[in-house]
Amino acid sequence: MRRNGKGASFLSTKESKKSKSKPSASNGKPTRKELEQLVEDLRWMYRIREFEDQSMRAFRNGLAGGYLHVYTGMEAVAIGWIGEKREDDPVIAAYRDHAYPMLMGVSPYEVMCEIMGRRDGTSKGKGGSMHLYSAEKHFFGGWGIVGGHTAMGAGLAFAIKYRGEDRVALCFYGDGAANAGIVYEAMNMASLWDLPVVFLIENNQVAMGTRLEYHAADPELHKRAVGFGIEHERVDGMDVIQVRKDAARILDYVRKNQRPYVVEVMTYRFAGHGAADHDQSLYRSKEEVEQAKKRDPILLLSQYLLKHGAIEESDLEQMQKEAEKEMAEVYEKASAAPKPDPHEVYEDVYTDMQPEEGH
Amino acid sequence: MAELAYREALRRALIEEMDRDENVFLMGEDIGRYQGTFRVTAGLFEKYGARRVVDTPISEPGIVGISTGAALMGLRPVVEMMTMSFSILALDQIINHAAKVRYMSGGQFSVPLVIRGPGGAANQLSAQHSHSMEGWYAHVPGLKVVAPSTPSDAYGMLKTAIRDDNPVIFTENPGLYGIKGEVDDDEFLVPFGKAVVRREGTDLSLVAYSRMVHVCLEAAERLDKEDGVSVEVVDVRSLVPMDTDTIFASVRKTHRAVVVYEDWKSGGFGAEICTRIQESCFDDLDAPVGRVGGLNVPMPYARNLELQCIPNADDVVEKSRQTLQGVI
Repeated sequence: MRRNGKGASFLSTKESKKSKSKPSASNGKPTRKELEQLVEDLRWMYRIREFEDQSMRAFRNGLAGGYLHVYTGMEAVAIGWIGEKREDDPVIAAYRDHAYPMLMGVSPYEVMCEIMGRRDGTSKGKGGSMHLYSAEKHFFGGWGIVGGHTAMGAGLAFAIKYRGEDRVALCFYGDGAANAGIVYEAMNMASLWDLPVVFLIENNQVAMGTRLEYHAADPELHKRAVGFGIEHERVDGMDVIQVRKDAARILDYVRKNQRPYVVEVMTYRFAGHGAADHDQSLYRSKEEVEQAKKRDPILLLSQYLLKHGAIEESDLEQMQKEAEKEMAEVYEKASAAPKPDPHEVYEDVYTDMQPEEGH
Repeated sequence: MAELAYREALRRALIEEMDRDENVFLMGEDIGRYQGTFRVTAGLFEKYGARRVVDTPISEPGIVGISTGAALMGLRPVVEMMTMSFSILALDQIINHAAKVRYMSGGQFSVPLVIRGPGGAANQLSAQHSHSMEGWYAHVPGLKVVAPSTPSDAYGMLKTAIRDDNPVIFTENPGLYGIKGEVDDDEFLVPFGKAVVRREGTDLSLVAYSRMVHVCLEAAERLDKEDGVSVEVVDVRSLVPMDTDTIFASVRKTHRAVVVYEDWKSGGFGAEICTRIQESCFDDLDAPVGRVGGLNVPMPYARNLELQCIPNADDVVEKSRQTLQGVI
């Protein structure tokens, strides 16, 4: 079992020397196919970032209410892990959840409609930004009680094992959630029963406004797997090339060994916790954010692709413009979409009956 | 027609449903190798093995969470809470997760999950092990809640619960496990949302569920003998959905009602039944709707104090006489 604690800090601009993976593609000569994949990844980074800008715009313009948490800065984690999982591997996640369903095949329009509370939304407007789902694409939400969904993540794997299916459950949660007790009930049972689940900590190093060093007795959260005899490690989450390698290796391990895994993916959110996080100076400096942006996943990947001649500078501008245009259209279309009808308020509480009507 | 104890009727339902549907499995603390705290699952570990009768660590939130995840994937878990009092630990998983995912997902997911176990006072289990939880759960949209009073209903309603695509809270009063009753040898289901009149009467309706039905039947007998009044007993048995038609029909016939429940009197589910009667049958009532509930104190240990807290036939007779003023 590896204890590579500080091996892959998000601030590090070097490759992780201690990684179990073969050297990153950036060290060797990538194949044409790899480069094509990475260009697609870069396109996705722009799309997700533009989508999130539009979702923030919706919030500012009063078209989205409640809580809104954007994924800006963390794109490489979802792109890498969802990119490496198989199509029918189920995913469950917390509330910063706009990127996952889109990467799994849900249209940005449906996600934006849900954020705006429209009938065309993934949950017909009854879930909202934090509660996106797609049964068809194996996305199990979209959950707002911090840490609360992790036992369900193990439950997805329980069903996989019960039926003898060749699938791996992927459970995303944050560094804040890593302090919730239920996570450890889930880990214990996952290990006890050999469940094929990846507990994936997206460690963006601040739980809402409380920094890692103020909320975790040992900030190396992956080490908490030790007590359950689960393989664990900390890896980088900003360089999508490395993320893909680690994801492929770990998913393969879980599939082959039918064992759970705890992976702490070091990342950083460039945006505030939520749309209502108005004063980030309460928990971090501008300098820290600027430093982190030196490892912006878009920057790292575009530099790599430029270096290998897979794209030209003008392509970057082109991709950005395309993403801007696409997501601006998504915004316009969603903001003109119909709202749910009043009678729909009673629907989908139960499968076969409605609650009593009226106040 | 065989006479079965309540616990045996539950066990028969589990066996039949596990044999019928491979997706049904059991999960809980000490339900397998240890045979179950109240022996409802006795012998099932030997019969079905560790895959389908899953002994768990003492982790109620985790148990419910894992079961909910499995249910989202289409399995049909039946979770045993060693006592419903322990389900308080799992309230977040039950209320915030299992009960809401269907709505939050716009109907994309359902949770065919049964959470069953003893709810209510037993014998000197004191303050932390004697809760009646059904009113807490009946408050929550997305959950169905049932509380059968007889072996036959326990059997037929557990089968219905397991086949239901929604999360069901299935509460079994520990005082009922040993009671015996006729259960048809042929397979049958008891539908949710259908109350039943356990005893016909004309002067007063006693409305109850679970073990309090038996307390009401005893009180009705005494009122008949001692006061010469004819008392009807309505067994609600399904709290969500609730068959108010049967309750209202009884009240419209007798014009008087007393609602009896073991839970703390204040804010308990019986208060909801009282309100429904008052809202819909006000013009039919000849007296205020009476109410008998548990004393509003944590359950004490001393047997005499404990018995003082749990409604008994004396309490029901006394409240009935108040409600029947003018008749007797």
